[in-house]
Amino acid sequence: MRNRRKHPISPETIDRVFKYTAIAGAIPVLLLMVGFLIQLCWNAWPAFREFGFNFLISVKWDPVAGEYGALPAIAGTITTTAIALAIAIPLSFTTALFLVDAPGWLGTPLSHAIDLLAAIPSIIYGMWGLFVLIPFMQLYIQPRLAWIPFMGEDYNGFGFATSGLILALMIMPFICAIMRDVFRMVPSVLREAVHGIGATRWETAFDVTMRYGKRGLLGGIFVGLGRAVGETMAVLFVIGNIHELPRTLFGSGTTIASTLAANFAEAEGMFRSVLFALGLVLLLMSFGVQIVAQWWLIYAVKKSGGYNG
Amino acid sequence: MVEHGFRRRPLFFRKMADILSRTFALLSVALAVSGMIWIIWVTISYGAGALSWEFLLEPTRPWGLPKNGVANAIIGTILVTFGAAVIGVPPAILGGIYLSEFGKHSQIGSFMRFCTNVMMGMPSIIIGLFVYAVMVVPTGRFSGFAGSLALAVIMFPVVMRTTEDILLMVSDTLRESALALGMSRTRTTLCIVCRSGRTGLITGILLAIARAGGETAPLLFTAMWSDAWPTRYFSQPTANLPVLINEYATNSPYDEVQAMGWGAALLITAAILGMNIVSRIFFREKKHG
Repeated sequence: MRNRRKHPISPETIDRVFKYTAIAGAIPVLLLMVGFLIQLCWNAWPAFREFGFNFLISVKWDPVAGEYGALPAIAGTITTTAIALAIAIPLSFTTALFLVDAPGWLGTPLSHAIDLLAAIPSIIYGMWGLFVLIPFMQLYIQPRLAWIPFMGEDYNGFGFATSGLILALMIMPFICAIMRDVFRMVPSVLREAVHGIGATRWETAFDVTMRYGKRGLLGGIFVGLGRAVGETMAVLFVIGNIHELPRTLFGSGTTIASTLAANFAEAEGMFRSVLFALGLVLLLMSFGVQIVAQWWLIYAVKKSGGYNG
Repeated sequence: MVEHGFRRRPLFFRKMADILSRTFALLSVALAVSGMIWIIWVTISYGAGALSWEFLLEPTRPWGLPKNGVANAIIGTILVTFGAAVIGVPPAILGGIYLSEFGKHSQIGSFMRFCTNVMMGMPSIIIGLFVYAVMVVPTGRFSGFAGSLALAVIMFPVVMRTTEDILLMVSDTLRESALALGMSRTRTTLCIVCRSGRTGLITGILLAIARAGGETAPLLFTAMWSDAWPTRYFSQPTANLPVLINEYATNSPYDEVQAMGWGAALLITAAILGMNIVSRIFFREKKHG
């Protein structure tokens, strides 16, 4: 007690002040979440009042004539994301399996290399796509694959396939890192037991490891999905930026994020409001993905006591 | 299990499936690693040609003028990124302390944790739009400060979650011992819990700064771009490397300008990968040492 009297302010008061300071540090999260919605809704309101629900399903896009439809951008976002996931999921899955099984001298450096791949800024992916991947696709890949239906005879290197490839390379390290952690949590006794009854490595991986970590794997896929939906710079350079519905994989198009990045600086008045409305659509899409993902992870932890992201 | 995994199948097919899948795994690893090597190699080989003292020490100038460099953008990036760290990191650490020390089991705590996770997955361009609406529109001008604000919004949830994760790794026995010795909650948290998680915290902050430093999308409509030295960080558009790369690589028809864009790309990639590697080595050494 003698010590306490020396202090002009009691430790209890300090503790209380500290606690409230800590809360004050956490409050911005809530304010920001509400702020995002309010600001985007507020700025997007004129566009929704003008075009109504038609805005979401119209395909016309003519800023000069004042006609705006969001459907090409929304469909483009979904297409690029789907391509990216279709490529990235099998690649990350097998890579993660390989990394878990690989001997330390090989697995550790490879793990670090893939972690570093996640750190490269997206604009570098975009530049690489523009200057290297596009000529490569145009010269070597697209001429050989154009006969396949839905690929498109009319190609110039830009478009959904190229964007999807870059996105896949970008999100792969994120998905792979989570999958690797999930696989590491599978008790080795379990895997050894399966090997012990004569299963091959692939059977162990597919029938046991994957089932054990199923929920965690889905969590990882959602993380990748979230990144692919909102990615801007890497897609902006290679998508082609024309407002048309995706018809062929080698065709050009646009996504919400790249429409925003390409037009926002010059937009005025109604055009700007339309872009905010597109931003709101993107925000809601990404919220949807995140909320499903979070709910899934929480549910997964409660249900199986497994991996929690 | 029975009906799925271990049906009777000819050994030959099982072995073939195994070999095929292993080949596929090797191929996908090779693809990922070669993709990374390809990107880094392209950045180095295209960018190295642009590097010179002039490039590093002179400011950007309009095309055609002699003595072109990117020094203003380098300084601008440092200003904008570290400005963001100054704005975003302290509240984020406090928030993380709240989540791990006070709000672990409370309802509001788990709701905040949920919001933080959702915010971590938010597209960065939306954050740019938001800061544009709350900062650039009312003040009527683009500024480096607005760019810092946007990057701070990106760093904030990352640092908050990392802080929480790191502090939760500190064992409760340590907290209880400190409290049992008569330390106040405040002192326990600051001097014991945060101190033992120090390396983890520093690593987390460095990684968050590195991540935000390479972000382009949120800076497009906030910090914007200028040819001037970044002397008016609070009131004028501020030069920065990511937006410079965007301008030089895509909006310019001149090869020399594109080469400068690659030079800038090399600088920022080297800085970010360097920060990543250093902070990882630092963390690992301390963790095991």
